[in-house]
Amino acid sequence: MKFPKRRPLQLSGLEPLVITESTNFVNIGERTNVTGSRKFLKLIQNEQFDEALEIAREQVLGGAQIIDINMDEGMIDGVKAMTTFLNLVAAEPDISRVPVMIDSSKWDIIEAGLKVVQGKCIVNSISLKEGKDNFIAQAKTIKKYGAAVIVMAFDEHGQADTLERRIEICKRSYELLVQQANFPPEDIIFDPNIFPVATGMDEHKKNALDFFKATQWIRENLPHASVSGGVSNVSFSFRGNNAVREAMHSSFLYHAIRHGMNMGIVNPTLLEVYDEVPKELMTYVEDVLLNRKEDATERLLDYAENLVSDSKSTKNKTDGWREYDLKGRINHALIKGIDKYIVEDVEEARLQFSRPIQVIEGPLMEGMNVVGDLFGEGKMFLPQVVKSARVMKKAVAYLQPFIEAEKTTGTRSSGKVLMATVKGDVHDIGKNIVSVVLACNNYEIVDLGVMVPPEVIIKRAVEEKVDVIGLSGLITPSLDEMVFVTQELARQKISIPVLIGGATTSKAHTAVKIASVTNSPVIHVNDASRAVGVVGNLLQSEKREPYVLKIREEYEAFKIKFLSRSTSKEYVSIDIARSQKLKLDWESFTPIKPKKLGFHTLEVTIETLVPYIDWSPFFRSWDLHGKYPELLSDTIIGTQAQNLFDDAQEMLKKITEEKWLKAKGRYGLFPVNADGDDIETYSDETRKNLSARWVTLRQQLKKTAGQPYRALADYIAPKEQGYTDYMGAFCVTTGFGVEERAKAFEKENDDYNSILLKALADRLAEAFAEYLHFKIRTDFWGYAPEETLSNEDLIKENYLGIRPAPGYPACPDHLEKNTIWELLQVEQTIGVTLTESLAMWPASSVSGYYFAHPEARYFGLGKIKNDQLASYAKRRNCSISDAKKWLRPNLAEE
Amino acid sequence: MIEALLKERILILDGAMGTMIQKESLEEADFRGERFKDHPCSLKGNNDLLSLTRPDLIKNIHRAYLEAGADIIETNTFSSTRVGMSDYQMEYLAYELNHVSAQIAVEVAKEISLKTPNKPRFVAGSIGPTNKTASMSPDVNDPGYRAIHFDELVDQYTEQVDGLLEGGVDLLLVETIFDTLNAKAALFAIESVKEKRKCSIPVMVSGTITDASGRTLSGQTVEAFRISLSHMSLLSIGFNCALGADQLLPYVKRLSNQSQSYISAHPNAGLPNAFGAYDQSPEEMKTLITSYLEQGVVNIIGGCCGTTPEHIKAIAELAQNYPPRTFKINLDEVS
Repeated sequence: MKFPKRRPLQLSGLEPLVITESTNFVNIGERTNVTGSRKFLKLIQNEQFDEALEIAREQVLGGAQIIDINMDEGMIDGVKAMTTFLNLVAAEPDISRVPVMIDSSKWDIIEAGLKVVQGKCIVNSISLKEGKDNFIAQAKTIKKYGAAVIVMAFDEHGQADTLERRIEICKRSYELLVQQANFPPEDIIFDPNIFPVATGMDEHKKNALDFFKATQWIRENLPHASVSGGVSNVSFSFRGNNAVREAMHSSFLYHAIRHGMNMGIVNPTLLEVYDEVPKELMTYVEDVLLNRKEDATERLLDYAENLVSDSKSTKNKTDGWREYDLKGRINHALIKGIDKYIVEDVEEARLQFSRPIQVIEGPLMEGMNVVGDLFGEGKMFLPQVVKSARVMKKAVAYLQPFIEAEKTTGTRSSGKVLMATVKGDVHDIGKNIVSVVLACNNYEIVDLGVMVPPEVIIKRAVEEKVDVIGLSGLITPSLDEMVFVTQELARQKISIPVLIGGATTSKAHTAVKIASVTNSPVIHVNDASRAVGVVGNLLQSEKREPYVLKIREEYEAFKIKFLSRSTSKEYVSIDIARSQKLKLDWESFTPIKPKKLGFHTLEVTIETLVPYIDWSPFFRSWDLHGKYPELLSDTIIGTQAQNLFDDAQEMLKKITEEKWLKAKGRYGLFPVNADGDDIETYSDETRKNLSARWVTLRQQLKKTAGQPYRALADYIAPKEQGYTDYMGAFCVTTGFGVEERAKAFEKENDDYNSILLKALADRLAEAFAEYLHFKIRTDFWGYAPEETLSNEDLIKENYLGIRPAPGYPACPDHLEKNTIWELLQVEQTIGVTLTESLAMWPASSVSGYYFAHPEARYFGLGKIKNDQLASYAKRRNCSISDAKKWLRPNLAEE
Repeated sequence: MIEALLKERILILDGAMGTMIQKESLEEADFRGERFKDHPCSLKGNNDLLSLTRPDLIKNIHRAYLEAGADIIETNTFSSTRVGMSDYQMEYLAYELNHVSAQIAVEVAKEISLKTPNKPRFVAGSIGPTNKTASMSPDVNDPGYRAIHFDELVDQYTEQVDGLLEGGVDLLLVETIFDTLNAKAALFAIESVKEKRKCSIPVMVSGTITDASGRTLSGQTVEAFRISLSHMSLLSIGFNCALGADQLLPYVKRLSNQSQSYISAHPNAGLPNAFGAYDQSPEEMKTLITSYLEQGVVNIIGGCCGTTPEHIKAIAELAQNYPPRTFKINLDEVS
């Protein structure tokens, strides 16, 4: 049959459903209907929503292109049930990919459904039953929500039961909708009432036939409209006889479709393929449907009684994947997000592996990796992955007790980890996987969910006393959020380690932008499998310190590498950098005049220095990683460390008693002012006679708005406004005598003691630098006389002011050592010399500057551009090529 | 009026507001101004608030875009809803923000329109997605939970639309849609306000494709997204944000092939680098936009994150050499 061309009816779930003339009959799933399915009703009544969802899923997998959802039952709160179920459906991408049909006779349930469905759905149904005003108002509202509508052939006088009444009501409804409600005609679907046949009552004989004819009339006379109906109604008289029902449905559909019905509510499991219905049965059935014989009903009833109810096998075709091998089934369940069998599959896997954790590390993680890959390739999308994560969680939850039981040391959690997707971001798959994996490894997880504001993260972290904070995010702005959270933690002096993860996060960003805002550990965890190792390292006291150190070193190296890889366009000109230098408030700053202005030599005993030794680097030089003194009791390296420590103590005793080494130092504290990027040193307080000029270098790597481009000169008051300021320089050594004694050991083939001595001398030189800095702060300069810091605080650089050294990140220019040597007369006073390449001799020596301003911070210069190089050469009074030679590692342009 | 222009030529939408504000390196004090100097929480980053505290700055940005050749500028109201302002404890300002931001934009648009009578300028009231999603749960363990509901969204958007209309905007732009249900609530609110005020106003919608799968955050395909918003008569439909012009093109094309509305696109200046900044230069972006124009898939083109007046200028100069997209489908011919 040919009908006038109609516009397509366009519907959508997560995917589109466009019903055109060439579209085959659209099958609407009917099982999620409490009035039609006892099972579904029970599940909804008992709030067994998981299983109720399974019914919806079966419908979709079974080929339903739309799912009809009905919650009209006296004992159910329809609004609540509809809302809850549709919200749950929305979280099941393999169900919500199809449009839904909100089926209710109650307007408030319909409206509740319309408020939770993002796609273009169908309302089932409205009618003229309560008059035209109500009808038009409802239609207008439905249009505002963006749905198509099923119009029942029903009016103020009742349901249409004849062809004429059907036509009359449909025509009137259509005109009201199109002309008065401005409803798009293609969004109108008529349901001209499918009534049972073969009821034994004469007035029902034409029920099917009239439906067919009405359908045809609608399609020919009401442009663009569709026709639908609930097919199973027609066979109502044959309940219990599925063979007849299936045949009747097939035949009814066959004819209805030919008359123009383009969609309908059909239970696909109660539907036989038209051609496979036995010919004899089909004849009886069609005699009834088409009212071809006076006694058609009786004949069919007779025939049906003799028919063995041989309902066709209803074995669920969709469960074919259950025949895969175990790994295949777990993969399938994870990819499809089906948790129905996951417990039995995981149990089977558990029995195959020697330890339950291996099921997680093996097949489950493999499956999740496939999910991750598919997601990355754009073959899976977010809601599906969330679903997969839930299956994973269920599997893990099942394994949990077995993992617990396996433990011999009780069930105490190994630590508490807070997990959050940062503010503004809703992505949490990564976070959830990490949570799951960590939970499997006996960590207690405090999951704050998504879009968590920084203050909540910090508050909860403190309240819950968590050991680690995991921050996750997928979108770019999340990167800034992570920096912000970390900054806040640092500002509030909360030193909980932070893990960074999520698709846009990177080691580069973590190293350069996040780890640099705090002294606490910040570690980028690029996949969930790494999380366990990282958290394990962080929470085991013996591993933590060396691990954190290793990461910091790695990030520092990475950062340098990353910054040096940067291209020229990421730098600002030196003029811009200077205009955006660190601007300290000199107006309200009163410099403290050093008590011992001028140049001084000092000698201290080695005993004085011993308490200032930072022992951790000493052990590190022996490849014993750990924090002193805890590593002495480490179960693995403890004995070795203790032996080494004993030897070191013994040697230290000899060093002091037998005066092997001398600790000699030289320092100067002098009036200075900044002159641009230079620092002028004056011979006296008149500040007229220049005794030295320090040439500092300024950062040029492009920064985010508002961040200053630092140079050491920024920490000194500028000379223009007549401010006074001071700085210092120093050189200390404990190296005299080392070489000879080391050589003597080597001669006796005692490399051990040779290395031990050198390592100790290095530590002592550092200790001397620490000691002298302490004396400078509290006494010689005296800008922090009240300071009381433990050795540990010193190691953490918790003091005021800095002592950067030439050749190190803030001042990579080794040539500055020449200035120190000349100004302080280092060689003449304590004998330390500079080699051709400006290395200090003896090696166990440390030199540097003192800056006292409380805002002074260590920083890395990074790379500079040629404009600054030219300026530097001029200030240094050397050729560009000489300048290049000394600054090569820091040049952005060659 | 705008419909007549759209038949004639490609219209230019402005570029990023946030990027321009960021360039100013504003401090907390700028955001607070005198009026909010004692406000109990930090206001830095509340860009929409600048319409009240630094209107000069917002006007300058509007002006810069108009001078660069934008036909349509967006009001500084992307987050001006109660829920958007709740981060700053400024829910009570929602209406005022919309009202004032609209007035500011209209004032500048009029000023420039007078200078270029042959190129009238339009103001689109920017309606963002809010920071909550109505069809997804933020809690993986409670998939039925919703952090915000349709009715709340409708209330919020109603207030926003009221403010924008009162401020005199010429159009409404529901943009950066990541959850279609949120957008449906916005359209619902617009419809209600139109009925209440007995007025009509052209509506543009623009979604955002966030995943490599080519779907919205809430999981819809391009087609499903378009269909879900097809119940309203829209001036235009399009995509913005999340992707650069080259990645966005295939999705815009899909819309162009199917939609009865005019098509808009305002992509980002490329994808953000590891630090969240956008590197694509005006020239680079212009080259990418050339494909849109050569393929005739857009009627309205502009920029999102990372774009500046220089980008818009480059795009505007380019677009004048190309005819606008023509409708490919006639409703009644589809079968």
